[in-house]
Amino acid sequence: MGDIRVNGLGKAYKSYPSQWSRLAEWIIPSGKPKHRQHWVLQNVDFHLYAGEAVGIVGANGAGKSTLLKLLTGTTKPTAGQISMTGRVAALLELGMGFHPDFTGRQNAMMGGQLLGLSVEEILDLMPSIEAFAEIGEYIDEPVRTYSSGMQMRLAFSVATAKRPDILIVDEALSVGDSYFQHKSFERIREFRRAGTTLLIVSHDRYAIQTICDRALLLDGGRLIKQGVPVDVLDYYNALMAERDHQTVRQERLEDGRMKTISGTGEAVMTDIQLINTDGEIADSVEVGDLLELRVHVVIKAHLPRLVLGFMIKDRLGQPVYGINTHRLEKPMTDLSEGEEISYRYRFPANLGKGSYSLSLSLSKEDSHLGENYEWRDNALIFHVFNTYKENFVGTSWLDAKVEISRPTELGTSSATSP
Amino acid sequence: MPLALGHALWRYRGLVLGSVKREFQSRYRNSLLGAAWTVFQPLAMITVYTVVFSQLMQARLPGVNDPFAYSIYLCSGLLTWGLFAEIVQRCQTVFLDNGNMIKKLSFPRICLPAIVVSSALVNFAITFAVFLAFLLITGHFPSWVLLAIIPLLLVHVMFATGMGIAVGVLNVFFRDVGQFISILLQFWFWFTPIVYSSTTLPAAVRPWIRLNPLTSFAQAYQGIFVNGLWPQWSSLWPSAVLAFILCILALNLFRNRSAEMVDEL
Repeated sequence: MGDIRVNGLGKAYKSYPSQWSRLAEWIIPSGKPKHRQHWVLQNVDFHLYAGEAVGIVGANGAGKSTLLKLLTGTTKPTAGQISMTGRVAALLELGMGFHPDFTGRQNAMMGGQLLGLSVEEILDLMPSIEAFAEIGEYIDEPVRTYSSGMQMRLAFSVATAKRPDILIVDEALSVGDSYFQHKSFERIREFRRAGTTLLIVSHDRYAIQTICDRALLLDGGRLIKQGVPVDVLDYYNALMAERDHQTVRQERLEDGRMKTISGTGEAVMTDIQLINTDGEIADSVEVGDLLELRVHVVIKAHLPRLVLGFMIKDRLGQPVYGINTHRLEKPMTDLSEGEEISYRYRFPANLGKGSYSLSLSLSKEDSHLGENYEWRDNALIFHVFNTYKENFVGTSWLDAKVEISRPTELGTSSATSP
Repeated sequence: MPLALGHALWRYRGLVLGSVKREFQSRYRNSLLGAAWTVFQPLAMITVYTVVFSQLMQARLPGVNDPFAYSIYLCSGLLTWGLFAEIVQRCQTVFLDNGNMIKKLSFPRICLPAIVVSSALVNFAITFAVFLAFLLITGHFPSWVLLAIIPLLLVHVMFATGMGIAVGVLNVFFRDVGQFISILLQFWFWFTPIVYSSTTLPAAVRPWIRLNPLTSFAQAYQGIFVNGLWPQWSSLWPSAVLAFILCILALNLFRNRSAEMVDEL
């Protein structure tokens, strides 16, 4: 129960030059088709195993919503097949079909019936729906008196009242206050633990990286990449950076991470080194060590402005620290072809133990979404060890000191621990 | 295929029944008398026809000398025409009206016309009960003949549903269909012996009226209520066959086009 198999899936919309040509096509079945097919999704193949959590990423118009609609069965595929086992629930249009004049309870009933639940089942689930929505007395008030947050709470509670075998979520979680967001996320995690297959569409990198085992990248209606979320998201970022389609290269590093290089190539990094205070290549670093990042850049074309930035990310791909020469107010301007520039960033490795990756970008402005000359995700990896400092947890060494005072009956005595 | 549709309907019967119930609730929401209005409407209609036609205008059916006969004749035709027209007209726009829901939620689409037909039947049942009460009070209650109404209504509703679904699907693709049907219904009403009796028509027109598949239904209802006669089943066969064919065509059309319909809404 709960696996999804998609083979050669495609969806095309028909467009007719006029209503008359549609009529002609209907009436003369043997005649040649008068419509143009407009493909929004083509040749999509994947297999989700029961209990897996998979994120779908892609730019607007990449076909994500169409894919979800096909999976939920609201639209039918033009080509290929989908086979699924088990009950599917979708959090696509929360509150769709709510009638403003009816009470929350009546609407919950209607919503449950739209999901194919029987009256008895809904009555059984009603106490848990009420409890989860936390809208109190409002459950017996007309929905038009609800705030949009309350409507959304109720809708979410109804949609997830019964654990489905497959749950499809479309950005729905970005609605509601942060308390309810957490609560709904927790419910989704709970479903996962109980074995629900999860399919999420989101632009929220954090959500996909923390929940999903796998990510699928859609671009122009095709599935162009699937794999570990961090790698797919890095690739997606690189792809976003260069809508004019320069090459994107990925290589696998020794620890399994993917190195992604992309850009127009008008400026390139020829040498990237992380050096410790002894002048040696630093791949093992102690907490608090002073590091120097050396980047050698060669200019390949006349450039009006150049910004070099770097970003340190933790094992999960979460940014720990990022800065660039734009933000440091030291952009280079008016560079000519053939020039070579050396950059040296110095910073202390006030990081927690673990492995980190360093990504670099050469761009014109602050963001690489403008002109991206070169972008290197996971350009190098280094490991932080903690031999000398106190044994703290987390990714940042904040060097906390403690002072403790403990007044006693005998007078003042204080103890300070290191 | 009809089996699969039937199965889907059975699984979602809760949705259909619930929607019908909610439709009634929302109609009389915020009214003081509530459901009593469903009774007042047909009551007013029957009263108006009785008073205006039977008493004021002294309209008489040819060959019947009962003051109530014409108003019973009118009502039996009008009420059943009302059922037919309501089903066709509401089915015609049912997919368009619920376009948003169809596009965004996954549920058997056949539920939508099923809701329309069910709620039209409930409406009709209330109106019809008022009519029966009127017959009882005026001493015109038909005897066992009344039972004939069950198969009659069944075929009549089948006719309406088949036509309604077909028109509803077509209307999604060609809005002209909706416009055309509303004009057609007006002509159809006057082309059916509801307000007049076909015996009052010139002989040259009568065979044409008989070609109208709804004529045999109207005449059967009028026969039951005005004269207490069993319908002439033989005259109903063509209409019944037509109703059956319409249903098959409609379901076929619905099955073939329902996927495309979602993309078109």
